[in-house]
Amino acid sequence: MIETKDLCAGYYGKAVVQNVSLDFLPGQVLVLLGPNGCGKSTLLKAALGLLPPMQGTVLYDGTDIRSLSHRQIAQQAALLTQSRSTPSIQALRMVLHGRFPYLSYPRRYSGRDRDIARAAMQTAGCDALERENVSELSGGQRQAVYLAMALAQDTQTVFMDEPTTFLDVRRQMQTMQTAQRLAAEGKAVVAVLHDIALALRFADRIAVMLDGRLLQCAAPEEILRSGVLERAFGVQVYCADTPHGKQYYCVAED
Amino acid sequence: MSCLRTFSTRRGKRLFWALLCLLTPAAAVLSICAGSVTLSLHDIFSALLGRDTTSAAARIVLYTRLPRTCAALLAGAALAVAGVVIQNVLDNPLASSGVIGVNSGAGLAVALLCAAVPTAQKYAPLAAFLGAVAAALLVMGLSKSTGASRMKVVLAGVAVSGLFSAGIDAVVTVVPEALGGVSDFRIGGFTGVTMARLAPAAAVIALALVLVLSLSQQMNVLSLGDDVARSLGLSVGAVRCVLLVLAAALAGAAVSFAGLLGFVGLIVPHAVRRFTGQEALPLLVASALGGAGFVTLCDVLARVLFSPFELPVGIVLAFAGVPFFLWLLLRRREGHG
Repeated sequence: MIETKDLCAGYYGKAVVQNVSLDFLPGQVLVLLGPNGCGKSTLLKAALGLLPPMQGTVLYDGTDIRSLSHRQIAQQAALLTQSRSTPSIQALRMVLHGRFPYLSYPRRYSGRDRDIARAAMQTAGCDALERENVSELSGGQRQAVYLAMALAQDTQTVFMDEPTTFLDVRRQMQTMQTAQRLAAEGKAVVAVLHDIALALRFADRIAVMLDGRLLQCAAPEEILRSGVLERAFGVQVYCADTPHGKQYYCVAED
Repeated sequence: MSCLRTFSTRRGKRLFWALLCLLTPAAAVLSICAGSVTLSLHDIFSALLGRDTTSAAARIVLYTRLPRTCAALLAGAALAVAGVVIQNVLDNPLASSGVIGVNSGAGLAVALLCAAVPTAQKYAPLAAFLGAVAAALLVMGLSKSTGASRMKVVLAGVAVSGLFSAGIDAVVTVVPEALGGVSDFRIGGFTGVTMARLAPAAAVIALALVLVLSLSQQMNVLSLGDDVARSLGLSVGAVRCVLLVLAAALAGAAVSFAGLLGFVGLIVPHAVRRFTGQEALPLLVASALGGAGFVTLCDVLARVLFSPFELPVGIVLAFAGVPFFLWLLLRRREGHG
């Protein structure tokens, strides 16, 4: 399990994330919510070792991240990034890069790596795109290929930085359903989202951040009851019972 | 136009590779056969197989055309591969060893060496390597400290390139005999190249090519962007540094005997990438073959166009390569890419 303890992290000596203690439990979807610039993506980067902690620490199964190599971290945590390059290569080749942390010299992918990559493409719903060129795919298809690459890493924790941005409603829901499926398989899924309704519907726990600090981390019902979302976003969040279960919507405060 | 579209299909890709594999040996054979003196195939093979090393024909083959052909093949392969590596490392399709000042850094180091110690010409590849590495590190340092946007890397490179070119001019002005044929060196050419001068540079190029090819998987991961590459376990800083040093070694070694050959590192990777995609291993191999064949063919043209007078190959490269490159760019804009 990955956890942060009093973590401070940021850029050019300025702490964007301040004293955040959070654990990413296996078998759960944890959603990070907060207004733009509150430090959600920075927290993900620090948890993955892409940014060094300024204070506090990140623990991987109790081991300080500072004593782990990039390769060791990559075998335990995968990242679905927000910004993506779109190389002109075959989708399967791209997904195979998810096996890079396990390659030893001379760094050639094996038949087993290919099987794992194909299974990851199936889970991400993009197995039909195996031979397609990534640069010629739509935004949603590209997202699925990147997700498959993260899954091919076969890690216990999967971090997703705004996985639903730029996706249509159907694909947003499919992505969150995939996140729930991964959690049901025992993985810890951590997703940064901007859609409060989506978070309340699909998360097992929600961590709300404001100005680099963690305001609260709890189950969706508790988050809704506590009024922390109103404090962080300046909007009222309402819940309506529908024939399809609870639906959430936001109304801006005057 | 339709011929290029054909190459994007599976069968077309095979055709592209077949043509590429034929181009380089054909260019090499042509380079040995062509010149102001007409030689028979029998003369050429007798010389190459060591049966005849004393006749005038054999001397032309062994001491003029063979070194020159090897030089063109090596310089083309080295500069094209250096271009691929630099574009990958800096994540910038506009970069090449010529554009970002690596070539002129190597040139300045060679000029300084030859001006200070005229007898130390055999150390030219080493000086070129050091000059190229210094230029590459300077550009990388400058662009990093100014925010490292794609455009800033190129602008910093252009500035560094201008500075080093001025340095070469200054050295040549003060010590006119520093670079034997100054205009040849500035434009790039293979006149007067010998096997002895080529040998150390060839060793550096061969070693650097092998190392770059062995790092192709790392280049693939690096091309996904820094955060993704790190999250896949790649030590981005270390790999980038090693690749940049290897690119500098390739470009520096080529400059040490070929002078400041422009365009190869920019044109060849772009032309080849259209058919290979961005997968590093095929891109590197195709660029090496394409660069070697292209420079060798241009050198043949440089020798035969106005025979018995020779043009520096850099001029032919520009006249042949730039229109082709512009045609590729325009086709892409028209939606054919």
